[in-house]
Amino acid sequence: MPEHENSRKVRDARAGFQKHVPAVLNLLAIAAVWLMLTEGGIVPNYMLPSPVAVVKAFVSDFPTLMYHSGVSLAEAILGLLIGIVLAFLIAVLMDRFITCRRALYPVMVVTQTIPTVAIAPILVLWMGFGMAPKITLVVITTFFPIAVGLLDGFSGVDQDAVDLMRSMGAGRRQIFLQIKLPSALGQFFSGLKISASYSVVGAVVAEWLGGFRGLGVYMTRVRKAYSFDKMFAVIILIVIISLLLIAAVNLLRRAVMPWERVQENRS
Amino acid sequence: MGEVLSAAHITKSYGERTIIRDINVHLNEQEIVCLLGVSGVGKTTLFHILSGLNLPDSGRVVLNGREITGQPGKISYMLQKDLLLPYKRIIDNVALPLTIRGMNKQKAREKAAVYFEQFGLAGTEFEYPAQLSGGMRQRAALLRTYLSSEGVALLDEPFSALDTITKSAIHDWYLDIMQKISLSTLFITHDIDEAIVLSDRIYILSGSPGQITDEIEIAEKRPRARDFSLTPAFLSYKKQIVTALGPGSFRI
Ligand SMILES: Nc1ncnc2c1ncn2[C@@H]1O[C@H](COP(=O)(O)OP(=O)(O)OP(=O)(O)O)[C@@H](O)[C@H]1O
Ligand SMILES: [Mg+2]
Repeated sequence: MPEHENSRKVRDARAGFQKHVPAVLNLLAIAAVWLMLTEGGIVPNYMLPSPVAVVKAFVSDFPTLMYHSGVSLAEAILGLLIGIVLAFLIAVLMDRFITCRRALYPVMVVTQTIPTVAIAPILVLWMGFGMAPKITLVVITTFFPIAVGLLDGFSGVDQDAVDLMRSMGAGRRQIFLQIKLPSALGQFFSGLKISASYSVVGAVVAEWLGGFRGLGVYMTRVRKAYSFDKMFAVIILIVIISLLLIAAVNLLRRAVMPWERVQENRS
Repeated sequence: MGEVLSAAHITKSYGERTIIRDINVHLNEQEIVCLLGVSGVGKTTLFHILSGLNLPDSGRVVLNGREITGQPGKISYMLQKDLLLPYKRIIDNVALPLTIRGMNKQKAREKAAVYFEQFGLAGTEFEYPAQLSGGMRQRAALLRTYLSSEGVALLDEPFSALDTITKSAIHDWYLDIMQKISLSTLFITHDIDEAIVLSDRIYILSGSPGQITDEIEIAEKRPRARDFSLTPAFLSYKKQIVTALGPGSFRI
């Protein structure tokens, strides 16, 4: 049994690895074309820096980049956490009280149509140049996908499962904890994944429009200095941080929903 | 044998349409009674009322002498689907009625675990429902129903997901287990053979709106022989039921 278990793990790991081969090859191809275009002199360096220059900029500015990353990441994660709590409260209220749903849903949608670039300076005006306006902007951009995911999850619950619970004498709270919440977890995590990918960008955009620290501030500085190699380095860094956040969400999902893996293995 | 459950003059409409009218059924202690009828005649509708999930337009449901009309949580009810919660391990699924009643998780698990062997579920305690076969899932749902019961259970097509071979095995098992645990059951089926093999009594629900048009006693003693379904007595019951269900209802 343990051996069988082990060989299955190895097989799963191999299959998981093979799944990523096309994407990795594709990325390598893009890097190769980029290298050819720039180092081959086809595109001038002031329009597109060569990957070598970008890597050099990344290495030479590494401590600064890490400092600013720490700030942006902190804003993103704090905003995300507050966003989760807020989304949760709103979704529960909207699920429980139909009037709440009618009152809040349109407002929620409106907050999503406001361009973040326009609202960021106003937030800075209200809250100063510190972290607060950045975190607020992250909250605004991240709570929506989570709230919608939770809400869809709550209302998509199997009515027969609710009937089963009622037939066993369960009250509203028990039905929520045992049926609604676990049934909504899948959609919650789908929403959280989208939100996680928005969160770093949200923080960076807010930093562009006022502040002294963070990757957005770094970006505006290097842009003013026309250091395109550093510009590209920071863009790639933001992509990497966002991907890491998404990976963290996926890990969390696997830990919280172990039954999903079972279903995967069967299909 | 005292009467444990009875329903009197149950009528239920959805909108303009009356689904069932003036239904009177009862269930005695330790009895297995079947409700037989074509699809859509209102069997599940009646069970939802008996279980207290829905209110009838008129009529009352009485459990052990006390009226329970519209009060869920008194009779255990196995719904038409097995409805194991995919995110709970089998042991926690089965122990759910105990935890709902406020028992702590560990204790509920211990109490449920005792029955796994008997219900043919040994070794599946910590699996998820997706890892079980259809028959195992139905047995797990059955065990959960048993654990939530205080003596009376409603089973809505408990063996419907099984093929004929598995079915007759599970019938044997079921009759065997019913002798060991004391449970009075009212169950629904489409399957005439199943109804005859398992029941002490059969109610025929037919017509539109659905009414109890016949009540057939299966006098065959328990434990019934394995080849009961091949005897002339069995065939004569079957003939009686087919006639009672009316023309065109043989293939239900
Ligand atoms: N909530 C509801 N609202 C409106 N009509 C309903 C509702 N529930 C059931 N019905 C109708 O009542 C009729 C009886 O349904 P019911 O589920 O009781 O049938 P059934 O005898 O259990 O059938 P089956 O054997 O297919 O499960 C059906 O025509 C169905 O469409
Ligand atoms: Mg039904």
